[in-house]
Amino acid sequence: MFGYLLTRIGLFVPTFLGVTLISFMFIRVLPGDPIIVMAGERGMTEERYQEMVEKLGFDKPVLQQYWEYLAGVLQGDLGESFVTKKPVWEEFFSLFPATMELSLCAMIFAIALGLPAGVIAAVNRGKFFDRALMSSALVGYSMPIFWWALLLIIVFSGNLGWTPVSGRIDLLYYFPNVTGFMLIDSLLSGQEGAFASAVRHLILPTIVLGTVPLAVIARQTRSAMLEVLGEDYIRTARAKGLSPTRINGLHALRNALIPVVTVIGLSVGSLLAGAILTETIFSWPGIGKWMVDSIFRRDYPVVQGGLLMIAVIVMLVNLLVDVLYGIINPKIRRR
Amino acid sequence: MSLLQIRNLTVEFATSSGSFRAVDGVDLSVDKGELLAIVGESGSGKSVSMLALMGLLPWTATITADEMSFEGRDLSGISARERRKIIGKDMAMIFQEPMSSLNPCFTVGFQIKEALRIHLGLNRKERHERAVELFDQVGIPAPESRLNTFPHQMSGGMNQRVVIAMAIACKPKLLIADEPTTALDVTIQAQILDLLIRLRDEHDMGLVLITHDMGVVAETAERVQVQYAGQKVEEQPVRDLFRTPRHPYTTALLSALPERATSKILPTIPGVVPGQFDRPKGCLFSPRCRFADATCAQTPPTPHAEGFGKARCHHVEKIAAGELV
Repeated sequence: MFGYLLTRIGLFVPTFLGVTLISFMFIRVLPGDPIIVMAGERGMTEERYQEMVEKLGFDKPVLQQYWEYLAGVLQGDLGESFVTKKPVWEEFFSLFPATMELSLCAMIFAIALGLPAGVIAAVNRGKFFDRALMSSALVGYSMPIFWWALLLIIVFSGNLGWTPVSGRIDLLYYFPNVTGFMLIDSLLSGQEGAFASAVRHLILPTIVLGTVPLAVIARQTRSAMLEVLGEDYIRTARAKGLSPTRINGLHALRNALIPVVTVIGLSVGSLLAGAILTETIFSWPGIGKWMVDSIFRRDYPVVQGGLLMIAVIVMLVNLLVDVLYGIINPKIRRR
Repeated sequence: MSLLQIRNLTVEFATSSGSFRAVDGVDLSVDKGELLAIVGESGSGKSVSMLALMGLLPWTATITADEMSFEGRDLSGISARERRKIIGKDMAMIFQEPMSSLNPCFTVGFQIKEALRIHLGLNRKERHERAVELFDQVGIPAPESRLNTFPHQMSGGMNQRVVIAMAIACKPKLLIADEPTTALDVTIQAQILDLLIRLRDEHDMGLVLITHDMGVVAETAERVQVQYAGQKVEEQPVRDLFRTPRHPYTTALLSALPERATSKILPTIPGVVPGQFDRPKGCLFSPRCRFADATCAQTPPTPHAEGFGKARCHHVEKIAAGELV
């Protein structure tokens, strides 16, 4: 197991280098000049412009710039934002809890509904519930996130007035940022209604962000369950006189979890991508919104650093998934 | 009263191209402590009839029977919940493929203790002791440590022993073994069969052995039932069956045994078991039978008397008299 982990971590190195290179090149390929953007409408003199070019190191060859960037990254220095002059690292970690809170809630929402739905659909294959569920999953999967978000806002925030339109909490409440997770911080603050407000703000973004993973997980669980339910060991379990609940929920589900955990791991990537849209729509102050803003500002270090951090998170989650395989199905551990 | 009594069992599967009759009017009875072998080619409905008894067939199957009783209790109208109290406890089944019959995600100990908890309500310590005892009984060395292994860490023979231990965990009165040795190599086969017979003797269980291996039948069984295309075509005590097979199908099966071959080329039965679309009108075996005539092709035969092995054949008497060779 330890050796296996080491090999997996070893595979990180080329991926990591690849991501730094791509993120570095990607932002420079985009048209637009960060210095001009920074200058804004007033513009700047030729001398000042040259000064900035020199200061930001744009006069050096691109390869040398990359090398210096990489050397910085390997020493834990992601550079400073052009705009705020704060270290990218610091900004990332002040915003990341918001994204993580939203993504976690969306993932819990997707798993908590998707797994049972998939199991029930598989057990009732071909019946009404199965068909209804699978068609709605297809709709959920193919619906554009931004449109779905707007639809929900119109109905629940606009017409019904049940949920707030944007933000993480009502402006009424103010409390210190302890963990960065609004749900926890609002509880810690002890202010009446703060937690409820945080929850209300979370509902719509969670649903919007969780819809695609929910559909994927439900469909994947269903197909994995259908395959497993035909296996010999399920017949053995039934021959033992076990109840259907135990057979489906324990014997079959544990075997079906392997492909499901795989898609859950892969969804984390799309979840972070989806977070960019969701956060923008709901003005959620997370890294998604931060990244989009930075791309518009041509804030090179922020875009590079943000992409790199997201890639690392996705890699770590998938490593976790690999470890989970071995825990779920011990047969895989041997390899 | 027999332990298990089945009369006129029919199983039909609904398929996209109409219904398919996999078991057709089979009678079967097993007494306490008796070993009944059911033989026949693949597709003769041996397993399906036993799965029907256990209630393990998919929902596409329709099961009808004049009688299906276990210890005098009628099983045909029983609810799924009631049936679950019987299967795995008083009536257990062993399957063909030991490697795939065990759940790869759980230790064998977990899988065996599960049945003990559900049917006998033993506590943790009692379950453990009973599991060790069972492993010992089926000849698994170092039972204590084996309880914590996963199925993939053991050989096929060991896994089959685990499956058997699981089946006999609650001391069943009837054990159905569905080709328990097919996936195993020959030396292990003999060990597993010996084990089954020993367990039968120790617990006085009824044992139904489904097989297509006539050699296994000769070594183990007391009574043999031959099935063909879902029908029972003959039933005799094993000695009589080998000495005087009544049905031409049984004769053909026996002459296909390598041990009995007289020429260098092993005799075979031409053709295959009829399927859904090529089911003959008359005797089901007639297209492959060397004695078949116009009657056979037109009229389905009815079983003969006990003296003729209950053979389902028009020409049993003539064959017995030596008129047809």
